[in-house]
Amino acid sequence: MISRYNKRNKFFLGKTMVYCFLSGWALTTIYPLYWVLLNSFKTSYEIILNSFNIPGEFKILNYINAFMKINIGRSYLNSLIISCSVVAIVIFLGGLAAYVLGRFEFKFKKAIHTALMGSLLFPAFCTIVPVFVMLKNFHLLNKHLGLILPQAAGNLPFAIIVLTGFMISIPREFEESALIEGCSVWQVYIKIIAPVSRSAFASVAIFTFLWSYNDLFMSLIILRTREVQPINVLLAEISSQYGTDYGLMAAAIVIIIIPVLAFYLAAQKSIVKGLTAGALKG
Amino acid sequence: MKHYQNWLVISLFLCPALLLIVLFLYYPFFMSFFRSFFKWDGFFTSEFIGLANYKRMFMDTTIHKALKNTMYLMFLACFIQVGIGLIIAVFTDSISKGAKFYRTVFFFPIVISSTAIGLMFKLFYVYDGGLLNTLLNFLNLESVVWLTEKSAMTAVAVPVIWQYVGFYFVILLTAIGRIPDDIYESAYLDGINGFEKTIYFTIPLIWDVIKVCFILAITGALKVFDLIYVITQGGPLRASEVLGTYMYQKTFVDYRYGYGSTIAILIVVLGLVISYLVNRHLRREEVTY
Repeated sequence: MISRYNKRNKFFLGKTMVYCFLSGWALTTIYPLYWVLLNSFKTSYEIILNSFNIPGEFKILNYINAFMKINIGRSYLNSLIISCSVVAIVIFLGGLAAYVLGRFEFKFKKAIHTALMGSLLFPAFCTIVPVFVMLKNFHLLNKHLGLILPQAAGNLPFAIIVLTGFMISIPREFEESALIEGCSVWQVYIKIIAPVSRSAFASVAIFTFLWSYNDLFMSLIILRTREVQPINVLLAEISSQYGTDYGLMAAAIVIIIIPVLAFYLAAQKSIVKGLTAGALKG
Repeated sequence: MKHYQNWLVISLFLCPALLLIVLFLYYPFFMSFFRSFFKWDGFFTSEFIGLANYKRMFMDTTIHKALKNTMYLMFLACFIQVGIGLIIAVFTDSISKGAKFYRTVFFFPIVISSTAIGLMFKLFYVYDGGLLNTLLNFLNLESVVWLTEKSAMTAVAVPVIWQYVGFYFVILLTAIGRIPDDIYESAYLDGINGFEKTIYFTIPLIWDVIKVCFILAITGALKVFDLIYVITQGGPLRASEVLGTYMYQKTFVDYRYGYGSTIAILIVVLGLVISYLVNRHLRREEVTY
């Protein structure tokens, strides 16, 4: 009887420890965001006085400044234009290529597949210099298209590999009857293959969007004028200029994070799936 | 079927994607390799200098520093990042209440851009009113300058490591969830405890996945750029320079395109060699279930 009591007690202690540890780590991911959110409603002076307390009144001055002083709205729009275009190109071209690679018989199919796998190993560092020079020669520096093309190319191999893997598993009977009835290959792709592959397209789209929205390295190098810069570049650059305006910086961080966070909470399952599948990508 | 050999369809569907990939990935990659043998400023001078850039790399003390810092990040990524990921995955697997909540909060730093996280940590390290110093003052301790030559590398490593713990957590948790329960059954009868179960059963059973995590952590550490660029720009006095930031600095600030390409090639080669070594040396007898 006593030993059983001890065992249960030990078990209870173990569980408590587990929960303590997990909650401790959860605190490190939640509290920093909460702290930033809190301070985005204070003036810099109030932050220096006490950055932990809840502000007496919630001032939205920092948010107004973010839109007026550093024109965060425009770079928001730039980010959206760039990332949505990248997703559209990757989904459209990647889907078509994946369909051909998954279904058709031709020479070099294996070689193309190997080449796609190989390109996953190229980090942006080892392509950026020639890309930069090439864009300069085509007069695409400081233009949205100049960033959209290399970002799309960088995400295509991963997208094609994931989509091909999915499309191979679709039973052929689906499309063969349509082909016999005289539908063109394009119609079969649009009406049958693409809708059936929705979930794979969703994973790819999510991964590509987040990758592009969060990218700093390429954007920083290719887009150098304020008018075209996406939000990450703008903030990285002004952090030296307005770095001491802590309230403004906090508000800016909240502004970048909020849409992504809302999107994450709404579509958590597909996002986790999309990003872990993206582990493949270099 | 004949339909599946129509070369017109094949080329129309396939070529646009392949064209982009060749133009923006393969061509630049080989060009970078080629250019690493040149002294080149991107505009006027372009002179073949053979292996001089590579030789220079051996003499360049900054690259030694950057390499050391990158190795330090790799080490932390493998042991701390994957380590914490494994611990919280085992713990989360052992509980039933709240597991979903933990999954949500552990993963979300990955969704946020490194730029935003970098700016956030910059605010934590601020001398007057930063989170850390406010905490110290609260405990009646003196404020500390967080980003000194000595501490800068650790200060930037913390967010780098912290951000991706949740990523390995999800991968490992999925792997643990796939282990069938009946494997543990006889062990339970022998009165095994949670710790023994993890060491003798769970870890060997998911060893392949852990290995994949190590390789991802290593290649991830080689690609670190955003966070360090935002927090310290590699400073002070290059104390937190890593290969990525140094490559950026050499190429796009000092306009040494040739040497920058050489550093980029070094990053690729390191990634391939270290992943290969890890893959080889961590091979264990296959455990099947």
